[in-house]
Amino acid sequence: MTATTTVTGSQDAAPDARPPRRGNLLSKIAAPYKQSHGVQRFMLITGTVLSLAFILMAIFAPLIAPYSFDTYQDAQGRFPQQGAPTSRNHWGTTVQGFDVLSRTIFGARTAVEVVLLAVIFSIAIGVPLGLISGYVGGWVDRILVLVMDALFAFPYLLLAIVAAFLLKNTIDSGIVTTAIAITVVYVPQYFRVVRASTLSAREATYIEAARAMGARPRTIIRRYLFGNVIQSVPVIGTLNAADSILTLAGLGFLGLGIQPTEAAEWGYDLQRAVADAGAGIWWTALFPGLGIVLAVTSLTLVGEGLNDVLNPTLRRRRVNKPRITSYTMNESGAVGPASAPEVEEDVG
Amino acid sequence: MSAPALSLRDLRIWYGHERGAVRAVDGVSLDLMPGETVGLVGESGCGKSTLGRGVLGLLPEGAGHAGEVVYQGRNILELKPKELRALRGPDLGMIFQEPMTRLNPLMKISAHFEEVLKIHEPELGKKEARRRALETLRGMGIPPTRYHQYPHEFSGGMRQRIMIALALVLRPAVIVADEPTTALDVLVEAQILRIIADLRRNFDTALLLITHNLGIVAEACDRVAVMYAGRVVEQGPAYDITTKPAHPYSRELLRSTISLSTTKLHSIPGAPPNLVTPPPGCRFHPRCPDAMKVCAEHWPPTITTGPARRSECWLHASEDIPAGLEAPLEREALAAAEEA
Amino acid sequence: MNRGGSLRGYILVRIALMIPMIWVLLTVVFLMMRVAPGDPISATLGGKLSPDELARRQAALGFDRPILLQYVDYLWDVVRFRFGTTITDNQTIGSIIIENGGATLTLTVAALIFALILGLPLGLIAGRFRETVPDAAIRVFAILGYAAPPFFVGLLAQLLFAKNLDWLPASKMASPIVQATAVEHTHILMLDLAIEGNWDGVWDVFRHLILPATTLGLLVMGVFIRLVRVNVGQALGGDFVEAARARGVPERRVVSRHAFRNALVPVVTVMGLQAALLLGGAVLTEQTFSWPGLGSRLLQYLNNRDYIGVQGLITFFALVVVVISLIIDIVNALIDPRVRY
Repeated sequence: MTATTTVTGSQDAAPDARPPRRGNLLSKIAAPYKQSHGVQRFMLITGTVLSLAFILMAIFAPLIAPYSFDTYQDAQGRFPQQGAPTSRNHWGTTVQGFDVLSRTIFGARTAVEVVLLAVIFSIAIGVPLGLISGYVGGWVDRILVLVMDALFAFPYLLLAIVAAFLLKNTIDSGIVTTAIAITVVYVPQYFRVVRASTLSAREATYIEAARAMGARPRTIIRRYLFGNVIQSVPVIGTLNAADSILTLAGLGFLGLGIQPTEAAEWGYDLQRAVADAGAGIWWTALFPGLGIVLAVTSLTLVGEGLNDVLNPTLRRRRVNKPRITSYTMNESGAVGPASAPEVEEDVG
Repeated sequence: MSAPALSLRDLRIWYGHERGAVRAVDGVSLDLMPGETVGLVGESGCGKSTLGRGVLGLLPEGAGHAGEVVYQGRNILELKPKELRALRGPDLGMIFQEPMTRLNPLMKISAHFEEVLKIHEPELGKKEARRRALETLRGMGIPPTRYHQYPHEFSGGMRQRIMIALALVLRPAVIVADEPTTALDVLVEAQILRIIADLRRNFDTALLLITHNLGIVAEACDRVAVMYAGRVVEQGPAYDITTKPAHPYSRELLRSTISLSTTKLHSIPGAPPNLVTPPPGCRFHPRCPDAMKVCAEHWPPTITTGPARRSECWLHASEDIPAGLEAPLEREALAAAEEA
Repeated sequence: MNRGGSLRGYILVRIALMIPMIWVLLTVVFLMMRVAPGDPISATLGGKLSPDELARRQAALGFDRPILLQYVDYLWDVVRFRFGTTITDNQTIGSIIIENGGATLTLTVAALIFALILGLPLGLIAGRFRETVPDAAIRVFAILGYAAPPFFVGLLAQLLFAKNLDWLPASKMASPIVQATAVEHTHILMLDLAIEGNWDGVWDVFRHLILPATTLGLLVMGVFIRLVRVNVGQALGGDFVEAARARGVPERRVVSRHAFRNALVPVVTVMGLQAALLLGGAVLTEQTFSWPGLGSRLLQYLNNRDYIGVQGLITFFALVVVVISLIIDIVNALIDPRVRY
């Protein structure tokens, strides 16, 4: 959901996306929810509600969580280490004596921050590159495609690992650097999708017409292509957001993510929980893990739901079988005679 | 007179749609005699393809049906899926419009033939099946050397001939050909039509030839049924209808045909009606140059207009028109009806 | 013969196309490892060695030379399958691959088999009965399989099956005794034990394999289900499927022979990306289960900031990905005759 809002927002910021005029922002966001039905609608709405819940949890984490993510004591003194769930620490405590519930809630905040940054960075880099590559063509296109394909073929987690490793050793490891490491992974995806739709939109008649009227390439890209091509971005944006939560957690689990003192991060907490598992301590693993699963699932539901609605090729005709009641139809007379008595006689 | 090979009785096929039922086929009665070729003509979207598929019981999900498709005394629409499947192929064959996408790209031509023969005539054995397939293919002008090739290695015309052979190899009693030549170029079209004409002579196959091209009808068919908005508005011998149409729609359709002698292009004004809420009365009245007041209010009767000819039009039932409704339909009404 | 020739031609063309791909990947790896200021030696050992000693080691490995020469050296080394010697424990990358590659191979292959056995039928069912309750259930299962990271699934599996129920071992690749008695032939432990006829040992490794392979398999299975579902759905609406129905082909055969087989073509096409997912997931799974594979080694060098170790293993992974995509292209050509042209 985060990604969707961002994308549609930036699209509206370019007010002269003239060609196929689309309605205002609100009705555009609402459209997929209105158009969908059945299982799709259920998926889409469940996903949206859960995603919104996560975002709210992230924003209001300090209000919701009983303690801060790095609190190891309260008025009664220090928390126990690896303490089982009690009324003091509802979801138990970690090996470092932190409150699991608080860390899980604050983990949502970290995830939202990193993912938001990563999606914005990837779109800001991938979309313009794809547009230029697709529209300009020639050797610029060829080189970009070569590099992006190479990055795309590479195991994405390894790419993020290497990026995080290098950034960590040279700059720092924090929310921004982790977001950059994740960005490296997703830029090629936006690039490919945007380039492909640019190539096909380039041949569209209204763009040809604009070119025939002498519009400069810059104008064509900005005014005509951008508005159209950007439509494919919400779906990948949402799915990538889901994916980048996994990448973030993966980095954290491998110790390449955010410093534990800077923020609570689910992946890091799970890394610390590996040792606990051997002792049968389940609460340190279960809750941050569930945080990841739920966050990724809800974003995926939104992305897949959007995809189903926006790409109707897969949609099945979901309509009720018509009941053929020729005589009653005839009597009502509202729709016109479905069959005239003469015909029945003629046949009979 | 012998019994018809296939007989449609007041057949209706309606699709479910968000805005209501689409009456693609709405009360069609038609007979196919053994060895006879019947042309089914009409504009696109008049329900003729739906009718063709309905004959094989190939209806999309969410389609409702009523009436009967009688084959060998049984209504095939009432059959169990398994019984229906057994009929498809050996009894009821189908040739489709786009030969390019109708063969499984991963299966060799030989595999296609072996598959159907094994399913419907398992007693044949591999050798005999192969002989039958090659013989049928040879009849279509496909050399045996290409038996083991993949569909993508053939041209469109050849693929259509393969599709025809695939239908004929089981020697069905009835074949539905849905615009078999529309996707092909003119020379190939002539070739396919010759094959279809031969079919009529050499087999006892009844053929329902669906087309929008009246030229094909005149050339290849014994009888014609003209379809408009889900109804057969006129049917009769091909020669009679293509020379002396009785229904205004047949006449207009004929006038729109382009031929060498065409000096001025003619088209029927307006568009085929929306099949969810078709116009009241005669469905053609909004576009009919001969429309009377009665046409917009009452359903036209089916009238015998000549030997073996029937037409569904008030023009031939002038004595039944209620008083005061013979007057021509006024222009405004025409425009309004079209709007609706 | 015609077809055989064109298949050979196709494979040759694919191999030729592999070369620029490898070159680009190697260049990307090289650039990434060198955009960082300083050279691998000072990055790894900086602060631990005296400046003189650092300079000596830099010179010994050629890191004092111009970057362009180093780049050419790197490419030339990779062509000869020399990926370098690690700085921190002085092992060649080649020996590491031989020593630990077998474990990663065992894990990924087992996970792939699991994902295929479970994912293909489930995807087929979901695609066949689209927008019904089974479809929705399978879809949610697929999403969950993908959304649950391997280290979380792995931890839960350890808690449940190893700790609580005590059915399976929680980590490592084999019991110490089996590990100690194994004789190395292929460096793939399971095979080595089988060659020796040590079936108890094979069973022991198999038991150790179940949890990690399932964990990693679930991740890939989710993707398989989605792919197969979408493609079976599309194929079932296809023209040739309707034509097959019109010839009276039974529905079961329509689904299995016509729709499923055609749906597999695009699934195989994107299998290369699954290989990437599998490799990435393997690093996480190995870490979770202390599985002695290449992922664990990579992590060791990451933590020790051993630039040569990281660069060498990453280079190797890049080559593996390219080779897998080549194999997939060839498999694709074998099942889809259209590809060869």
